[in-house]
Amino acid sequence: MVEQLEKAIDFQPVAEVKHLDFYYSGFHAIKNVNFDIPEKKVTALIGPSGCGKTTLLRCFNRMHDLYPGNRYQGGILVNGVNILAKEVDPIEVRMRISMVFQKPNPFPKSIFENVAYGLRIRGENSRTVLDEKVEDALKSAALWEEAKDRLNQSAYDLSGGQQQRLCIARALVTEPEIVLFDEPTSALDPIATNSIEELMSGLKQKVTILIVTHSMQQAARFSDYTAFMYMGELIEFDKTETIFSQPAQKRTQDYLSGRIG
Amino acid sequence: MTQQVFSSVSTKKLSPKLIRNLKEKAIEIVLFIAASTSVATTLAIMFILLEECWFFFQEVSIFKFLTDTEWTPLFANPRYGILPLLSGTIVTSAIALFVAIPCGTIAAIYLSEFADSKLREIVKPFLELLAAIPTVVYGYFALLFVTPFLQKIFPELPGFNMLSAGLVMGLMITPFVSSLSEDAMRAVPALLREGSTAMGATKLQTALRVVFPSAISGISSSYILGASRAVGETMIVAVAAGLQPNLTLNPFSQGATITAFIVQVSLGDVARGTIEYQTIFAAGLTLVLMTLVLNIIGYYLAKRFREIY
Ligand SMILES: Nc1ncnc2c1ncn2[C@@H]1O[C@H](COP(=O)(O)OP(=O)(O)OP(=O)(O)O)[C@@H](O)[C@H]1O
Ligand SMILES: [Mg+2]
Repeated sequence: MVEQLEKAIDFQPVAEVKHLDFYYSGFHAIKNVNFDIPEKKVTALIGPSGCGKTTLLRCFNRMHDLYPGNRYQGGILVNGVNILAKEVDPIEVRMRISMVFQKPNPFPKSIFENVAYGLRIRGENSRTVLDEKVEDALKSAALWEEAKDRLNQSAYDLSGGQQQRLCIARALVTEPEIVLFDEPTSALDPIATNSIEELMSGLKQKVTILIVTHSMQQAARFSDYTAFMYMGELIEFDKTETIFSQPAQKRTQDYLSGRIG
Repeated sequence: MTQQVFSSVSTKKLSPKLIRNLKEKAIEIVLFIAASTSVATTLAIMFILLEECWFFFQEVSIFKFLTDTEWTPLFANPRYGILPLLSGTIVTSAIALFVAIPCGTIAAIYLSEFADSKLREIVKPFLELLAAIPTVVYGYFALLFVTPFLQKIFPELPGFNMLSAGLVMGLMITPFVSSLSEDAMRAVPALLREGSTAMGATKLQTALRVVFPSAISGISSSYILGASRAVGETMIVAVAAGLQPNLTLNPFSQGATITAFIVQVSLGDVARGTIEYQTIFAAGLTLVLMTLVLNIIGYYLAKRFREIY
């Protein structure tokens, strides 16, 4: 396991997960996970339902802080700082590591205000700055062409796929270092899924992407690295080609060939 | 295949299906009757109101009713202008809403977004208790406690005044506003809250910028309900505001509301069929129309800001 990890590290890590444990009250959901997230690459988290992918992902932006009883142990180091430490302000963490959810969740505001949200809450009210950053984010999320003439319409007038791209634009507007995606296409039809995948492959020039996915094909298609999880543990982490062509662990093999999960 | 299964089941059990159908029908009829009673009651009330008002408006022109500045139907020289009662109703209700909307909204935001479940379990019963106190108790609270207290600040304040009645009425309405608003805010999906939190918003920012606007439909209906309660409230104003019809918007003066007038006349001994008796219905119709307008506004607000999430 350890040799394996060392073999995989031929990249510049943007975040290092070190001896990470996570508990939902009494339930031990993440068990001693160790791996590094490569910078400006797409890392996919795969594994059977209930293995802890979402739970692990939500450690990265301290989402678990929202609910009482949740407990982290160990660390996630970003630029050498453990972002799980008590003295680190989770709000700062979320400014640098943003998230796109499984279901599109636009706010009951206009398209423009949805994207501008992250800037507004940081006190940015200059119209020129907002206009410029919102346009950039919408362009990065491949929504600008469709949305530029209706920026003041409600976000709920958009289709499901457009809403998800809006949520991606919203997550990009604050120029985060890492963007977390939790099965971002599972609520969408194949065409919308395609456009989101294309968009994400383009995004990795700018940001580091960590994505949870149920679809092997999706992971194989556009991730650079893949982490396979099973029952709260990280079983294997390697380059995506390696994981899919010659996985080192029996359980990874079994999962990929459909024997578990 | 499935059709075969279906037909074999239904041929075997023909009679139970008949019984079930009869039962369903009987239940439907009972439900229909229950639903119709409320409609029938409303229609009956409207009919009686309109009938008595018909006689009233034979004696008093609608124009006089709406423009005369005095309401003295029981005097030797009666005047029938609804405006003084309307102003009393509006002033006391406005003061009440001025208290209840901010307090109720803040309490709702706190309970729904900030208080942990333990604290909520303690605070909610107290708020509900506040709503369960008989309004006559609030009336005497206004008259014997709040008015003397206000007189320390404003020495010229008379013993009966609309300010004190309105403030206490606001206190009474606050739990209605807060409880309904809180329900509306708690119904906002966690996914929206998480979306806002994930953007780096604080709890307060999430509450004010995402949860509140998402729940605006329910919140605005809670305001409308509060307004209806204020307009219809009787005992507090009858006890504390002085039963003195007075065309003024000054909260420091005495005043009577439509409801207070109705209860005042109903308690006295006016004979059926007299014009004094019919004034109750004219005033009552005005009240019904006011609440109707409020309900229509509420309906459109709810439609305009339907919960879209
Ligand atoms: N709020 C919670 N409280 C307690 N246990 C939870 C909670 N959320 C998830 N779990 C448990 O933690 C484990 C991991 O759940 P998680 O949602 O991370 O799985 P997942 O890999 O994302 O699954 P899926 O692919 O179905 O989304 C599961 O056993 C689940 O039952
Ligand atoms: Mg999940």
